[in-house]
Amino acid sequence: MADKPMIEMRGVGKWFGKFQVLKNVDISVAQGEKIVLCGPSGSGKSTLVRLVNGLEPYQAGKVTVDGIELKNDAKTIEAVRGEVGMVFQSFNLFPHLTALENLTLAPVWVRRMPKKEAEALALQLLERVRIAEQAHKYPAQLSGGQQQRVAIARALAMKPKIMLFDEPTSALDPEMIKEVLDVMVELAGEGMTMVVVTHEMGFARTVADRVVFMDQGEIVESAAPKTFFEAPRTDRARLFLSQILGH
Amino acid sequence: MRWLRDNLFSSWPNALATLAILWLAWRLLPPLVEWAFLHAVWSAPDSRPCHAAGAGACWALITERYRFILFGTYPYEQHWRPALGILVLLVLYVTSALRRFWRPALALAWVGGLALIGVLMWGGVFGLPYVENERWGGLMLTLLLATFGIAFAFPLSILLALGRRSQLPAVHAVSVLWIELVRGVPLISLLFMASVMVPLFLPAGVSIDKLLRALIAMIVFAAAYLAEVVRGGLQAIPHGQGEAADALGLPYWRKTLLVVLPQALRISIPPLVNTFIAFFKDTSLVVIIGLFDLLTSIKVTLEDPGWRGFGVEAYLFASLVYFVFCFAMSRYSQNLERELERGHVRTERGA
Repeated sequence: MADKPMIEMRGVGKWFGKFQVLKNVDISVAQGEKIVLCGPSGSGKSTLVRLVNGLEPYQAGKVTVDGIELKNDAKTIEAVRGEVGMVFQSFNLFPHLTALENLTLAPVWVRRMPKKEAEALALQLLERVRIAEQAHKYPAQLSGGQQQRVAIARALAMKPKIMLFDEPTSALDPEMIKEVLDVMVELAGEGMTMVVVTHEMGFARTVADRVVFMDQGEIVESAAPKTFFEAPRTDRARLFLSQILGH
Repeated sequence: MRWLRDNLFSSWPNALATLAILWLAWRLLPPLVEWAFLHAVWSAPDSRPCHAAGAGACWALITERYRFILFGTYPYEQHWRPALGILVLLVLYVTSALRRFWRPALALAWVGGLALIGVLMWGGVFGLPYVENERWGGLMLTLLLATFGIAFAFPLSILLALGRRSQLPAVHAVSVLWIELVRGVPLISLLFMASVMVPLFLPAGVSIDKLLRALIAMIVFAAAYLAEVVRGGLQAIPHGQGEAADALGLPYWRKTLLVVLPQALRISIPPLVNTFIAFFKDTSLVVIIGLFDLLTSIKVTLEDPGWRGFGVEAYLFASLVYFVFCFAMSRYSQNLERELERGHVRTERGA
Protein backbone atom coordinates (compact mmCIF):
# COMPACT_ATOMS: atom_id res chain seq x y z
CA MET A 1 0.00 0.00 0.00
CA ALA A 2 2.98 2.22 -0.37
CA ASP A 3 2.14 3.62 -3.82
CA LYS A 4 -0.32 6.39 -4.58
CA PRO A 5 -3.83 6.08 -3.14
CA MET A 6 -6.78 4.89 -5.26
CA ILE A 7 -9.07 7.57 -3.89
CA GLU A 8 -7.88 10.81 -2.40
CA MET A 9 -10.02 13.67 -1.15
CA ARG A 10 -8.49 16.90 0.12
CA GLY A 11 -10.57 19.60 1.77
CA VAL A 12 -13.72 18.61 -0.08
CA GLY A 13 -16.80 20.76 0.45
CA LYS A 14 -20.24 20.31 -1.02
CA TRP A 15 -23.43 22.31 -0.72
CA PHE A 16 -27.03 21.55 -1.62
CA GLY A 17 -28.17 25.12 -2.10
CA LYS A 18 -27.22 26.88 1.13
CA PHE A 19 -26.94 23.67 3.13
CA GLN A 20 -23.44 22.33 3.45
CA VAL A 21 -23.48 18.53 3.25
CA LEU A 22 -19.74 17.92 3.25
CA LYS A 23 -17.30 20.02 5.27
CA ASN A 24 -13.61 19.93 4.59
CA VAL A 25 -13.42 16.18 4.03
CA ASP A 26 -9.98 14.58 3.89
CA ILE A 27 -9.74 10.89 3.17
CA SER A 28 -7.37 8.62 1.35
CA VAL A 29 -8.08 5.03 0.30
CA ALA A 30 -5.18 2.79 -0.65
CA GLN A 31 -5.31 0.11 -3.29
CA GLY A 32 -7.02 -3.02 -1.95
CA GLU A 33 -8.24 -1.21 1.14
CA LYS A 34 -11.76 -1.77 2.43
CA ILE A 35 -13.44 1.19 4.02
CA VAL A 36 -16.75 1.07 5.83
CA LEU A 37 -18.49 4.44 6.06
CA CYS A 38 -21.05 4.80 8.79
CA GLY A 39 -22.91 7.51 10.59
CA PRO A 40 -26.41 8.75 11.29
CA SER A 41 -28.70 9.51 8.37
CA GLY A 42 -27.97 12.86 6.83
CA SER A 43 -24.35 12.67 7.86
CA GLY A 44 -23.18 12.90 4.24
CA LYS A 45 -21.86 9.36 3.82
CA SER A 46 -23.96 8.56 0.74
CA THR A 47 -23.06 11.90 -0.79
CA LEU A 48 -19.41 11.14 -0.18
CA VAL A 49 -19.46 7.84 -2.12
CA ARG A 50 -21.56 9.36 -4.90
CA LEU A 51 -18.92 12.01 -5.28
CA VAL A 52 -16.26 9.41 -6.06
CA ASN A 53 -17.79 8.50 -9.44
CA GLY A 54 -19.11 11.94 -10.26
CA LEU A 55 -22.80 11.28 -9.55
CA GLU A 56 -22.62 14.41 -7.41
CA PRO A 57 -20.53 17.47 -8.19
CA TYR A 58 -18.51 19.12 -5.46
CA GLN A 59 -17.70 22.78 -4.93
CA ALA A 60 -14.51 22.90 -2.90
CA GLY A 61 -11.32 20.89 -2.52
CA LYS A 62 -9.94 18.18 -4.74
CA VAL A 63 -10.95 14.59 -5.51
CA THR A 64 -8.52 12.26 -7.26
CA VAL A 65 -9.47 8.72 -8.29
CA ASP A 66 -6.72 6.40 -9.52
CA GLY A 67 -4.62 9.40 -10.45
CA ILE A 68 -7.42 11.18 -12.35
CA GLU A 69 -8.52 14.46 -10.86
CA LEU A 70 -12.32 14.77 -10.95
CA LYS A 71 -13.10 18.22 -12.26
CA ASN A 72 -16.90 18.11 -12.58
CA ASP A 73 -16.55 17.92 -16.35
CA ALA A 74 -17.72 15.19 -18.70
CA LYS A 75 -14.24 14.07 -19.66
CA THR A 76 -12.78 13.32 -16.25
CA ILE A 77 -16.09 11.97 -14.98
CA GLU A 78 -16.23 9.54 -17.88
CA ALA A 79 -12.64 8.45 -17.27
CA VAL A 80 -13.30 7.86 -13.57
CA ARG A 81 -16.53 5.95 -14.18
CA GLY A 82 -14.56 3.46 -16.21
CA GLU A 83 -12.56 2.64 -13.06
CA VAL A 84 -15.34 2.64 -10.51
CA GLY A 85 -18.28 0.29 -10.07
CA MET A 86 -21.27 1.21 -7.97
CA VAL A 87 -24.00 -0.75 -6.19
CA PHE A 88 -27.13 1.10 -5.06
CA GLN A 89 -29.50 0.63 -2.17
CA SER A 90 -32.45 0.15 -4.54
CA PHE A 91 -30.53 -2.15 -6.94
CA ASN A 92 -31.50 -0.05 -9.99
CA LEU A 93 -31.41 -3.00 -12.35
CA PHE A 94 -32.81 -2.21 -15.79
CA PRO A 95 -36.28 -3.79 -15.66
CA HIS A 96 -36.68 -4.15 -19.42
CA LEU A 97 -33.57 -6.32 -19.71
CA THR A 98 -32.85 -9.83 -18.44
CA ALA A 99 -30.19 -10.36 -15.78
CA LEU A 100 -27.73 -11.35 -18.50
CA GLU A 101 -28.56 -8.32 -20.65
CA ASN A 102 -28.15 -6.07 -17.60
CA LEU A 103 -24.58 -7.35 -17.38
CA THR A 104 -23.69 -7.17 -21.06
CA LEU A 105 -25.14 -3.70 -21.74
CA ALA A 106 -22.23 -1.58 -20.55
CA PRO A 107 -19.36 -3.84 -21.77
CA VAL A 108 -20.92 -3.93 -25.24
CA TRP A 109 -21.97 -0.28 -25.49
CA VAL A 110 -19.20 1.40 -23.53
CA ARG A 111 -16.24 -0.94 -23.99
CA ARG A 112 -17.24 -2.14 -27.48
CA MET A 113 -16.75 -5.73 -26.36
CA PRO A 114 -18.07 -8.31 -28.86
CA LYS A 115 -21.47 -9.63 -27.75
CA LYS A 116 -20.34 -13.26 -27.44
CA GLU A 117 -17.41 -12.29 -25.28
CA ALA A 118 -19.59 -10.05 -23.10
CA GLU A 119 -22.08 -12.87 -22.61
CA ALA A 120 -19.36 -15.30 -21.61
CA LEU A 121 -18.03 -12.76 -19.11
CA ALA A 122 -21.55 -12.10 -17.82
CA LEU A 123 -22.28 -15.79 -17.27
CA GLN A 124 -18.99 -16.21 -15.46
CA LEU A 125 -19.84 -13.28 -13.17
CA LEU A 126 -23.36 -14.52 -12.55
CA GLU A 127 -21.81 -17.85 -11.62
CA ARG A 128 -19.57 -16.00 -9.22
CA VAL A 129 -22.52 -14.38 -7.45
CA ARG A 130 -24.25 -17.80 -7.57
CA ILE A 131 -27.16 -16.82 -9.74
CA ALA A 132 -26.20 -18.18 -13.18
CA GLU A 133 -29.38 -20.27 -13.39
CA GLN A 134 -31.44 -17.05 -13.31
CA ALA A 135 -29.53 -15.42 -16.16
CA HIS A 136 -32.51 -15.18 -18.48
CA LYS A 137 -35.02 -13.89 -15.96
CA TYR A 138 -36.14 -10.29 -15.73
CA PRO A 139 -35.40 -8.33 -12.53
CA ALA A 140 -39.07 -8.37 -11.49
CA GLN A 141 -38.90 -12.18 -11.39
CA LEU A 142 -36.00 -12.16 -8.93
CA SER A 143 -35.99 -11.66 -5.17
CA GLY A 144 -34.37 -8.58 -3.68
CA GLY A 145 -31.26 -10.49 -2.68
CA GLN A 146 -30.93 -11.97 -6.15
CA GLN A 147 -31.41 -8.56 -7.75
CA GLN A 148 -28.69 -7.04 -5.61
CA ARG A 149 -26.30 -9.86 -6.49
CA VAL A 150 -27.04 -9.27 -10.19
CA ALA A 151 -26.38 -5.56 -9.58
CA ILE A 152 -22.98 -6.39 -8.06
CA ALA A 153 -22.16 -8.63 -11.02
CA ARG A 154 -23.28 -5.85 -13.39
CA ALA A 155 -20.83 -3.42 -11.81
CA LEU A 156 -18.06 -6.05 -11.92
CA ALA A 157 -18.65 -6.62 -15.65
CA MET A 158 -16.91 -3.31 -16.32
CA LYS A 159 -13.83 -4.67 -14.51
CA PRO A 160 -13.60 -1.76 -12.07
CA LYS A 161 -10.61 -1.13 -9.82
CA ILE A 162 -12.83 0.31 -7.11
CA MET A 163 -16.28 -0.78 -5.95
CA LEU A 164 -18.64 1.60 -4.17
CA PHE A 165 -21.58 0.26 -2.19
CA ASP A 166 -24.29 2.68 -1.07
CA GLU A 167 -26.25 0.86 1.65
CA PRO A 168 -26.44 -2.35 -0.41
CA THR A 169 -28.47 -4.30 2.12
CA SER A 170 -30.77 -1.60 3.52
CA ALA A 171 -33.64 -2.37 1.13
CA LEU A 172 -33.48 -6.14 1.68
CA ASP A 173 -35.59 -8.45 3.78
CA PRO A 174 -33.48 -9.72 6.70
CA GLU A 175 -33.17 -13.28 5.35
CA MET A 176 -31.60 -12.00 2.14
CA ILE A 177 -28.95 -9.79 3.68
CA LYS A 178 -26.51 -12.62 4.22
CA GLU A 179 -26.45 -13.80 0.59
CA VAL A 180 -25.46 -10.30 -0.51
CA LEU A 181 -22.90 -9.80 2.27
CA ASP A 182 -21.33 -13.20 1.44
CA VAL A 183 -20.71 -12.03 -2.11
CA MET A 184 -19.18 -8.79 -0.81
CA VAL A 185 -16.94 -10.66 1.62
CA GLU A 186 -15.69 -12.84 -1.23
CA LEU A 187 -15.03 -9.79 -3.34
CA ALA A 188 -13.06 -8.25 -0.49
CA GLY A 189 -11.05 -11.45 -0.22
CA GLU A 190 -10.02 -11.05 -3.85
CA GLY A 191 -8.32 -7.76 -3.11
CA MET A 192 -10.89 -5.30 -4.52
CA THR A 193 -10.69 -1.73 -3.27
CA MET A 194 -14.05 -1.13 -1.61
CA VAL A 195 -15.90 1.77 -0.04
CA VAL A 196 -19.05 0.56 1.66
CA VAL A 197 -21.75 2.65 3.27
CA THR A 198 -23.51 0.25 5.61
CA HIS A 199 -24.94 -0.28 9.04
CA GLU A 200 -23.93 -3.95 9.00
CA MET A 201 -21.43 -3.76 11.81
CA GLY A 202 -20.66 -7.48 11.58
CA PHE A 203 -19.47 -6.90 8.04
CA ALA A 204 -17.44 -3.91 9.18
CA ARG A 205 -15.75 -5.96 11.89
CA THR A 206 -14.76 -8.86 9.64
CA VAL A 207 -13.96 -7.10 6.38
CA ALA A 208 -13.08 -3.46 6.89
CA ASP A 209 -9.52 -2.27 7.19
CA ARG A 210 -10.85 1.00 8.48
CA VAL A 211 -14.16 2.29 9.74
CA VAL A 212 -14.87 5.92 8.94
CA PHE A 213 -17.53 7.57 11.07
CA MET A 214 -19.24 10.65 9.73
CA ASP A 215 -21.61 13.11 11.33
CA GLN A 216 -23.05 16.37 10.00
CA GLY A 217 -20.89 16.34 6.89
CA GLU A 218 -17.62 15.77 8.67
CA ILE A 219 -15.37 12.80 9.18
CA VAL A 220 -15.40 12.46 12.94
CA GLU A 221 -13.40 9.29 13.42
CA SER A 222 -11.35 6.98 11.27
CA ALA A 223 -9.92 3.87 12.86
CA ALA A 224 -9.43 0.14 12.59
CA PRO A 225 -12.75 -1.63 13.32
CA LYS A 226 -11.51 -3.12 16.57
CA THR A 227 -10.47 0.27 17.88
CA PHE A 228 -13.59 1.98 16.63
CA PHE A 229 -16.02 -0.50 18.13
CA GLU A 230 -14.21 -1.06 21.40
CA ALA A 231 -12.81 2.35 22.12
CA PRO A 232 -14.51 5.12 20.17
CA ARG A 233 -12.82 8.40 20.88
CA THR A 234 -15.74 10.78 20.53
CA ASP A 235 -19.12 11.06 22.21
CA ARG A 236 -20.85 11.28 18.85
CA ALA A 237 -19.43 7.91 17.80
CA ARG A 238 -20.29 6.40 21.17
CA LEU A 239 -23.87 7.64 20.87
CA PHE A 240 -24.17 6.31 17.33
CA LEU A 241 -22.79 2.91 18.32
CA SER A 242 -25.11 2.63 21.29
CA GLN A 243 -28.08 3.41 19.01
CA ILE A 244 -27.12 1.01 16.29
CA LEU A 245 -25.92 -1.88 18.44
CA GLY A 246 -28.40 -1.31 21.21
CA HIS A 247 -31.47 -2.88 19.65
CA MET B 1 -81.09 -19.42 -16.96
CA ARG B 2 -78.93 -19.05 -13.96
CA TRP B 3 -76.67 -16.61 -15.85
CA LEU B 4 -79.75 -14.59 -16.79
CA ARG B 5 -80.88 -14.35 -13.21
CA ASP B 6 -77.40 -13.46 -11.86
CA ASN B 7 -76.50 -10.87 -14.45
CA LEU B 8 -79.69 -9.37 -15.83
CA PHE B 9 -82.36 -9.77 -13.17
CA SER B 10 -80.38 -9.74 -9.94
CA SER B 11 -82.39 -6.85 -8.49
CA TRP B 12 -85.44 -4.76 -9.31
CA PRO B 13 -83.57 -1.79 -10.81
CA ASN B 14 -81.40 -4.21 -12.74
CA ALA B 15 -84.42 -6.06 -14.11
CA LEU B 16 -86.08 -2.78 -15.12
CA ALA B 17 -82.94 -1.64 -16.93
CA THR B 18 -82.74 -4.96 -18.76
CA LEU B 19 -86.37 -4.72 -19.86
CA ALA B 20 -85.94 -1.11 -20.96
CA ILE B 21 -82.93 -2.02 -23.09
CA LEU B 22 -84.75 -5.01 -24.60
CA TRP B 23 -87.71 -2.78 -25.49
CA LEU B 24 -85.43 -0.18 -27.11
CA ALA B 25 -83.64 -2.87 -29.10
CA TRP B 26 -86.96 -4.32 -30.25
CA ARG B 27 -88.14 -0.88 -31.37
CA LEU B 28 -84.90 0.25 -33.01
CA LEU B 29 -83.13 -2.77 -34.46
CA PRO B 30 -85.71 -4.05 -36.96
CA PRO B 31 -86.15 -0.69 -38.73
CA LEU B 32 -82.39 -0.23 -38.74
CA VAL B 33 -81.80 -3.64 -40.32
CA GLU B 34 -84.57 -2.94 -42.83
CA TRP B 35 -83.05 0.39 -43.74
CA ALA B 36 -79.43 -0.72 -43.87
CA PHE B 37 -79.85 -4.15 -45.47
CA LEU B 38 -83.29 -5.40 -46.45
CA HIS B 39 -84.56 -2.36 -48.33
CA ALA B 40 -81.18 -0.91 -49.24
CA VAL B 41 -80.37 -0.05 -52.82
CA TRP B 42 -77.05 -1.69 -53.51
CA SER B 43 -76.39 -0.58 -57.01
CA ALA B 44 -77.80 1.93 -59.41
CA PRO B 45 -76.27 4.28 -61.98
CA ASP B 46 -77.78 7.26 -60.19
CA SER B 47 -79.90 8.06 -57.16
CA ARG B 48 -83.33 7.63 -58.79
CA PRO B 49 -84.09 4.15 -57.37
CA CYS B 50 -83.12 5.46 -53.93
CA HIS B 51 -85.92 8.04 -54.08
CA ALA B 52 -88.55 5.35 -54.60
CA ALA B 53 -91.06 4.96 -51.78
CA GLY B 54 -89.85 2.53 -49.11
CA ALA B 55 -86.28 2.50 -50.33
CA GLY B 56 -83.69 2.05 -47.59
CA ALA B 57 -80.08 3.06 -47.48
CA CYS B 58 -78.68 4.22 -50.76
CA TRP B 59 -75.47 2.19 -50.78
CA ALA B 60 -75.47 2.60 -54.53
CA LEU B 61 -73.84 5.95 -53.84
CA ILE B 62 -70.85 4.14 -52.43
CA THR B 63 -70.69 1.31 -54.98
CA GLU B 64 -71.07 3.80 -57.79
CA ARG B 65 -68.69 6.47 -56.54
CA TYR B 66 -66.25 4.48 -54.40
CA ARG B 67 -63.36 5.10 -56.75
CA PHE B 68 -63.80 8.83 -56.48
CA ILE B 69 -64.09 8.56 -52.68
CA LEU B 70 -60.92 6.47 -52.40
CA PHE B 71 -58.77 8.19 -54.98
CA GLY B 72 -60.22 11.69 -55.33
CA THR B 73 -59.47 13.54 -58.53
CA TYR B 74 -56.62 11.26 -59.50
CA PRO B 75 -56.97 10.51 -63.25
CA TYR B 76 -59.58 7.79 -63.54
CA GLU B 77 -57.72 5.39 -65.81
CA GLN B 78 -54.65 5.63 -63.52
CA HIS B 79 -56.50 4.62 -60.35
CA TRP B 80 -54.56 1.37 -60.13
CA ARG B 81 -51.57 3.46 -59.08
CA PRO B 82 -52.93 4.86 -55.80
CA ALA B 83 -54.65 1.50 -55.26
CA LEU B 84 -51.30 -0.26 -55.46
CA GLY B 85 -49.86 2.52 -53.28
CA ILE B 86 -52.44 1.87 -50.58
CA LEU B 87 -51.64 -1.84 -50.79
CA VAL B 88 -47.93 -1.12 -50.35
CA LEU B 89 -48.73 1.04 -47.30
CA LEU B 90 -50.91 -1.69 -45.80
CA VAL B 91 -48.16 -4.27 -46.29
CA LEU B 92 -45.72 -1.89 -44.58
CA TYR B 93 -48.14 -1.34 -41.68
CA VAL B 94 -48.65 -5.06 -41.14
CA THR B 95 -44.98 -6.01 -41.34
CA SER B 96 -44.07 -3.19 -38.97
CA ALA B 97 -46.66 -4.45 -36.54
CA LEU B 98 -45.15 -7.90 -36.29
CA ARG B 99 -42.29 -7.99 -33.86
CA ARG B 100 -40.39 -10.66 -35.73
CA PHE B 101 -39.80 -8.14 -38.53
CA TRP B 102 -38.33 -5.57 -36.13
CA ARG B 103 -34.84 -5.43 -37.54
CA PRO B 104 -32.81 -2.92 -39.54
CA ALA B 105 -34.10 -4.32 -42.85
CA LEU B 106 -37.55 -2.97 -41.93
CA ALA B 107 -36.26 0.60 -42.16
CA LEU B 108 -34.96 -0.21 -45.65
CA ALA B 109 -38.33 -1.69 -46.54
CA TRP B 110 -39.97 1.59 -45.50
CA VAL B 111 -37.57 3.70 -47.54
CA GLY B 112 -38.06 1.41 -50.54
CA GLY B 113 -41.83 1.26 -50.06
CA LEU B 114 -42.22 5.02 -49.77
CA ALA B 115 -39.99 5.56 -52.81
CA LEU B 116 -42.15 3.09 -54.73
CA ILE B 117 -45.27 4.98 -53.65
CA GLY B 118 -43.68 8.24 -54.77
CA VAL B 119 -42.93 6.77 -58.19
CA LEU B 120 -46.44 5.34 -58.44
CA MET B 121 -48.18 8.53 -57.41
CA TRP B 122 -46.13 11.09 -59.32
CA GLY B 123 -45.14 8.91 -62.23
CA GLY B 124 -43.26 10.61 -65.00
CA VAL B 125 -40.90 7.63 -65.20
CA PHE B 126 -41.19 4.06 -66.52
CA GLY B 127 -43.87 5.18 -68.95
CA LEU B 128 -46.22 6.31 -66.16
CA PRO B 129 -47.86 9.63 -67.03
CA TYR B 130 -46.97 12.42 -64.62
CA VAL B 131 -49.67 13.33 -62.09
CA GLU B 132 -49.12 16.52 -60.09
CA ASN B 133 -49.93 16.14 -56.43
CA GLU B 134 -52.79 18.65 -56.58
CA ARG B 135 -54.75 15.77 -58.03
CA TRP B 136 -53.90 13.27 -55.29
CA GLY B 137 -56.79 12.63 -53.04
CA GLY B 138 -59.18 10.46 -51.14
CA LEU B 139 -58.10 7.69 -48.81
CA MET B 140 -54.60 7.66 -50.31
CA LEU B 141 -54.06 11.27 -49.28
CA THR B 142 -55.42 10.63 -45.80
CA LEU B 143 -53.08 7.66 -45.35
CA LEU B 144 -50.11 9.57 -46.73
CA LEU B 145 -50.72 12.54 -44.43
CA ALA B 146 -51.15 10.26 -41.42
CA THR B 147 -48.19 8.01 -42.21
CA PHE B 148 -45.72 10.77 -42.99
CA GLY B 149 -47.14 12.89 -40.21
CA ILE B 150 -46.61 10.27 -37.53
CA ALA B 151 -43.34 9.00 -39.00
CA PHE B 152 -41.79 12.46 -38.65
CA ALA B 153 -43.70 13.82 -35.68
CA PHE B 154 -42.94 10.91 -33.37
CA PRO B 155 -39.11 11.04 -33.50
CA LEU B 156 -39.33 14.83 -33.36
CA SER B 157 -41.55 14.62 -30.28
CA ILE B 158 -38.97 12.43 -28.52
CA LEU B 159 -36.30 15.05 -29.21
CA LEU B 160 -38.63 17.80 -27.94
CA ALA B 161 -39.44 15.86 -24.78
CA LEU B 162 -35.76 15.22 -24.11
CA GLY B 163 -35.05 18.85 -24.95
CA ARG B 164 -37.59 20.05 -22.44
CA ARG B 165 -35.76 18.08 -19.74
CA SER B 166 -32.35 19.16 -20.96
CA GLN B 167 -29.89 21.07 -18.78
CA LEU B 168 -28.74 23.06 -21.81
CA PRO B 169 -30.59 26.40 -21.62
CA ALA B 170 -30.91 26.95 -25.39
CA VAL B 171 -32.23 23.45 -26.10
CA HIS B 172 -34.60 23.70 -23.17
CA ALA B 173 -35.92 27.11 -24.24
CA VAL B 174 -36.51 26.07 -27.86
CA SER B 175 -38.37 22.93 -26.78
CA VAL B 176 -40.58 24.73 -24.27
CA LEU B 177 -41.32 27.51 -26.74
CA TRP B 178 -42.25 25.07 -29.49
CA ILE B 179 -44.46 22.93 -27.31
CA GLU B 180 -46.26 25.77 -25.57
CA LEU B 181 -46.74 27.95 -28.65
CA VAL B 182 -48.00 25.15 -30.86
CA ARG B 183 -50.24 23.61 -28.23
CA GLY B 184 -51.79 27.00 -27.65
CA VAL B 185 -53.26 27.36 -31.14
CA PRO B 186 -55.79 25.19 -32.98
CA LEU B 187 -54.54 22.94 -35.76
CA ILE B 188 -56.83 24.78 -38.16
CA SER B 189 -55.01 28.04 -37.59
CA LEU B 190 -51.68 26.33 -38.18
CA LEU B 191 -53.02 24.91 -41.44
CA PHE B 192 -54.26 28.35 -42.49
CA MET B 193 -50.89 29.83 -41.72
CA ALA B 194 -49.17 27.13 -43.72
CA SER B 195 -51.48 27.59 -46.67
CA VAL B 196 -51.98 31.35 -46.73
CA MET B 197 -49.27 33.10 -44.76
CA VAL B 198 -46.15 31.09 -45.54
CA PRO B 199 -46.24 31.84 -49.29
CA LEU B 200 -46.35 35.56 -48.48
CA PHE B 201 -43.10 35.38 -46.57
CA LEU B 202 -41.22 33.20 -49.00
CA PRO B 203 -38.86 35.07 -51.32
CA ALA B 204 -40.02 35.48 -54.90
CA GLY B 205 -39.45 32.40 -57.00
CA VAL B 206 -39.43 30.02 -54.06
CA SER B 207 -42.56 28.03 -53.59
CA ILE B 208 -43.30 25.09 -51.41
CA ASP B 209 -46.02 22.80 -52.51
CA LYS B 210 -49.31 23.13 -50.61
CA LEU B 211 -49.45 19.46 -49.66
CA LEU B 212 -45.96 19.67 -48.19
CA ARG B 213 -46.82 22.85 -46.30
CA ALA B 214 -49.89 21.22 -44.81
CA LEU B 215 -47.86 18.16 -43.90
CA ILE B 216 -45.22 20.26 -42.17
CA ALA B 217 -47.91 22.12 -40.21
CA MET B 218 -49.38 18.82 -39.07
CA ILE B 219 -45.98 17.43 -38.08
CA VAL B 220 -45.19 20.57 -36.07
CA PHE B 221 -48.55 20.27 -34.35
CA ALA B 222 -48.47 16.54 -33.65
CA ALA B 223 -44.87 16.70 -32.40
CA ALA B 224 -45.84 19.22 -29.71
CA TYR B 225 -48.66 17.01 -28.45
CA LEU B 226 -46.68 13.78 -28.60
CA ALA B 227 -43.75 15.47 -26.84
CA GLU B 228 -45.84 15.97 -23.72
CA VAL B 229 -46.93 12.33 -23.81
CA VAL B 230 -43.34 11.18 -24.10
CA ARG B 231 -42.30 13.57 -21.33
CA GLY B 232 -44.90 11.97 -19.09
CA GLY B 233 -43.29 8.61 -19.74
CA LEU B 234 -39.82 9.98 -19.11
CA GLN B 235 -40.92 11.42 -15.78
CA ALA B 236 -42.24 8.07 -14.63
CA ILE B 237 -38.81 6.45 -14.90
CA PRO B 238 -37.16 6.35 -11.46
CA HIS B 239 -34.13 8.55 -11.01
CA GLY B 240 -32.04 5.52 -10.10
CA GLN B 241 -32.24 4.14 -13.64
CA GLY B 242 -30.36 7.08 -15.08
CA GLU B 243 -27.88 7.01 -12.18
CA ALA B 244 -27.19 3.31 -12.67
CA ALA B 245 -26.53 3.94 -16.36
CA ASP B 246 -24.31 6.90 -15.45
CA ALA B 247 -22.38 4.81 -12.96
CA LEU B 248 -21.73 2.20 -15.67
CA GLY B 249 -20.24 4.95 -17.80
CA LEU B 250 -22.96 5.06 -20.48
CA PRO B 251 -22.80 8.45 -22.20
CA TYR B 252 -25.99 10.51 -22.53
CA TRP B 253 -27.31 9.25 -25.86
CA ARG B 254 -26.58 5.60 -25.16
CA LYS B 255 -28.14 5.93 -21.72
CA THR B 256 -31.20 7.55 -23.27
CA LEU B 257 -31.60 5.07 -26.12
CA LEU B 258 -30.78 1.87 -24.23
CA VAL B 259 -32.10 2.49 -20.74
CA VAL B 260 -34.49 5.42 -20.48
CA LEU B 261 -36.51 5.47 -23.71
CA PRO B 262 -37.34 1.75 -23.91
CA GLN B 263 -38.96 2.03 -20.51
CA ALA B 264 -40.53 5.45 -21.02
CA LEU B 265 -42.07 4.58 -24.37
CA ARG B 266 -43.42 1.27 -23.14
CA ILE B 267 -45.45 2.92 -20.40
CA SER B 268 -46.50 5.66 -22.83
CA ILE B 269 -48.10 3.29 -25.34
CA PRO B 270 -51.73 3.93 -24.37
CA PRO B 271 -51.54 7.74 -24.46
CA LEU B 272 -49.29 7.63 -27.54
CA VAL B 273 -51.78 5.54 -29.48
CA ASN B 274 -54.53 7.81 -28.27
CA THR B 275 -52.70 10.74 -29.81
CA PHE B 276 -51.94 8.80 -33.01
CA ILE B 277 -55.63 8.03 -33.42
CA ALA B 278 -56.59 11.63 -32.81
CA PHE B 279 -53.96 12.71 -35.34
CA PHE B 280 -55.22 10.24 -37.95
CA LYS B 281 -58.66 11.79 -37.73
CA ASP B 282 -57.27 15.33 -37.57
CA THR B 283 -55.88 14.85 -41.07
CA SER B 284 -59.46 15.45 -42.21
CA LEU B 285 -59.01 19.12 -41.28
CA VAL B 286 -57.01 19.67 -44.46
CA VAL B 287 -60.41 20.04 -46.10
CA ILE B 288 -60.34 23.69 -45.08
CA ILE B 289 -57.27 24.47 -47.13
CA GLY B 290 -58.60 22.62 -50.12
CA LEU B 291 -56.67 19.39 -49.97
CA PHE B 292 -58.68 16.49 -51.23
CA ASP B 293 -58.65 13.88 -48.46
CA LEU B 294 -61.16 11.12 -47.81
CA LEU B 295 -63.69 13.38 -46.15
CA THR B 296 -63.40 16.06 -48.84
CA SER B 297 -64.12 13.53 -51.55
CA ILE B 298 -67.25 12.52 -49.65
CA LYS B 299 -68.27 16.14 -49.45
CA VAL B 300 -67.69 16.67 -53.16
CA THR B 301 -69.60 13.50 -53.99
CA LEU B 302 -72.58 14.83 -52.11
CA GLU B 303 -72.46 18.10 -54.07
CA ASP B 304 -73.05 16.07 -57.23
CA PRO B 305 -76.71 16.78 -58.17
CA GLY B 306 -77.20 13.11 -59.00
CA TRP B 307 -76.43 12.05 -55.43
CA ARG B 308 -77.56 14.94 -53.33
CA GLY B 309 -79.36 14.07 -50.09
CA PHE B 310 -77.58 10.84 -49.18
CA GLY B 311 -75.17 12.27 -46.67
CA VAL B 312 -76.00 9.68 -44.03
CA GLU B 313 -74.81 6.80 -46.21
CA ALA B 314 -71.74 8.65 -47.38
CA TYR B 315 -70.65 9.74 -43.93
CA LEU B 316 -71.40 6.31 -42.47
CA PHE B 317 -69.05 4.88 -45.06
CA ALA B 318 -66.35 7.43 -44.26
CA SER B 319 -66.78 6.69 -40.55
CA LEU B 320 -66.40 2.99 -41.25
CA VAL B 321 -63.12 3.56 -43.08
CA TYR B 322 -61.77 5.77 -40.28
CA PHE B 323 -63.02 3.28 -37.71
CA VAL B 324 -61.26 0.33 -39.34
CA PHE B 325 -57.91 2.08 -39.18
CA CYS B 326 -58.35 3.51 -35.69
CA PHE B 327 -59.68 0.26 -34.26
CA ALA B 328 -56.73 -1.62 -35.79
CA MET B 329 -54.33 0.83 -34.11
CA SER B 330 -56.10 0.47 -30.80
CA ARG B 331 -56.18 -3.34 -30.85
CA TYR B 332 -52.58 -3.51 -31.96
CA SER B 333 -51.43 -1.27 -29.13
CA GLN B 334 -53.23 -3.44 -26.61
CA ASN B 335 -51.50 -6.52 -27.99
CA LEU B 336 -48.15 -4.80 -27.98
CA GLU B 337 -48.61 -3.74 -24.38
CA ARG B 338 -49.43 -7.28 -23.36
CA GLU B 339 -46.46 -8.67 -25.24
CA LEU B 340 -44.01 -6.17 -23.78
CA GLU B 341 -45.42 -6.76 -20.34
CA ARG B 342 -44.43 -10.41 -20.47
CA GLY B 343 -41.58 -11.03 -18.09
CA HIS B 344 -41.82 -7.60 -16.54
CA VAL B 345 -44.64 -8.25 -14.16
CA ARG B 346 -43.92 -9.81 -10.85
CA THR B 347 -45.47 -13.14 -11.78
CA GLU B 348 -43.47 -15.22 -9.36
CA ARG B 349 -40.56 -14.58 -7.11
CA GLY B 350 -37.60 -16.77 -7.93
CA ALA B 351 -36.65 -18.98 -5.01
